[in-house]
Amino acid sequence: MKFWTHVAAIAWKDILSELRTREIITSVLVFAVLILVIFNFTFNADSSLMRQIAPGILWVAFVFSGVLALNRAFIPEKEEGCLDGLMCCPVEREAIYVGKALGSLFFMLLVEVVVLSVFALLFNIAAFQPEIIVVTLLATIGFVAVGTLFSAMAINTRAREMVLPILFLPIITPVIIAAVSAVTLVLDAKSWGDIFSWLVMLIAFDVIFTVVSFMVFPYIIEE
Amino acid sequence: MSSDAVSNITPLAVETRSLVKAFGNSKVLRGVDLCAPTGTTLAILGANGAGKTTLIKLLSGIMCPSSGQVIITGLELKDNARKVRSLLGLVAHQSYLYGNLTAWENLDFYARMYGVEKRETRISDMLKLVGLEVHRHSRFSTFSRGMQQRMALARALLHHPSILLLDEPETGLDQQGLGAIWDILRYEGANRTIIFASHSFERALSVCDNIAILGRGRIVYHEQACNLNLAGLQQKYAELTQVVKS
Repeated sequence: MKFWTHVAAIAWKDILSELRTREIITSVLVFAVLILVIFNFTFNADSSLMRQIAPGILWVAFVFSGVLALNRAFIPEKEEGCLDGLMCCPVEREAIYVGKALGSLFFMLLVEVVVLSVFALLFNIAAFQPEIIVVTLLATIGFVAVGTLFSAMAINTRAREMVLPILFLPIITPVIIAAVSAVTLVLDAKSWGDIFSWLVMLIAFDVIFTVVSFMVFPYIIEE
Repeated sequence: MSSDAVSNITPLAVETRSLVKAFGNSKVLRGVDLCAPTGTTLAILGANGAGKTTLIKLLSGIMCPSSGQVIITGLELKDNARKVRSLLGLVAHQSYLYGNLTAWENLDFYARMYGVEKRETRISDMLKLVGLEVHRHSRFSTFSRGMQQRMALARALLHHPSILLLDEPETGLDQQGLGAIWDILRYEGANRTIIFASHSFERALSVCDNIAILGRGRIVYHEQACNLNLAGLQQKYAELTQVVKS
């Protein structure tokens, strides 16, 4: 029970701090929308071709803006030595991981709602279909689970802006492939059954990498 | 007075045995044997780079030693990390507080992390104690250095720690700020074991029961403050640090 109290306190602290400054949300949102706008102008395609390339464009926007957000996830903990303050507290290191991951998940989902709306508008695609929402949610969970771990690893390196994408993107590639493939099928009016295998892959990735990250995090954060 | 002599008199709040900390090939601490009896105040003096901050970080559990033991109230830190952390309060060089949160929100966050009972009352009491009650809804980033240090002290004392670790708590404070910090410690720190790293001989002699000098990664001197005067301590420090340098 105490574990979840600590998780909630850490997540709430991150959300409150970010909602007050909007440092991450604003920059990430502007970046993601810019990607969509640029691709929209670059590919002046007809609607059938657009349905084929749009899922890739959507996930490029999600992934690159997500990397930007995760790069910043542990910055507030470094300022004024707050990570050391957290390390002094009688809390499980895993609670720090889950709290930080939930905070990042909240921001990512918030950004994705806006990006999906802009995506629907610019590309004239029905983006808020239940299948797309489920795929996005599952992919984002995996993305954040791994990203939070790598963000913690990168925070003590000098070139963290470069370190995170280099470490993170190869690991997250299966999620991107599964999400893009599933969304492509959905836009081709395929049923739940057709995207089932991709959903299974996303769920498997989420479970495996969340458990592994949860177990590895205490060793990463200790020193 | 040797560590063994101290440990035979009173139960120990803090004890280290052959504590070693290395960063790569560089050994910062080379076998520190230290003890602080319960309810006493111990000053750790030492030149810049002597390893005071590293020692405080090892005692607080932020860092893990390369070898050796840290024993807090009879519990080895390595095996009882969570229990031991709940007994410790730390004031370090940095405040460990979030600039975007208010004074109240910062203390509320740490109160939740430490599982403080009657949270609101305790936070209110601490803010009154450090004289920041009127600033309870101000963001921490707007505070002056003195106010930040008082907030750091409030954070460290929030969960009624039995042991306080202070790493140069006087850095950057004016005379008024210094007075305020030690007034708070006299009031809230009574009956607690306090270990503080400092450069101030006068402060060490005026507030401490024991004084240790850290040099070249070892405790090179450990004596009761009542057996020392300022000139004697300064001479001893000069002798020992000169020996250590040579």
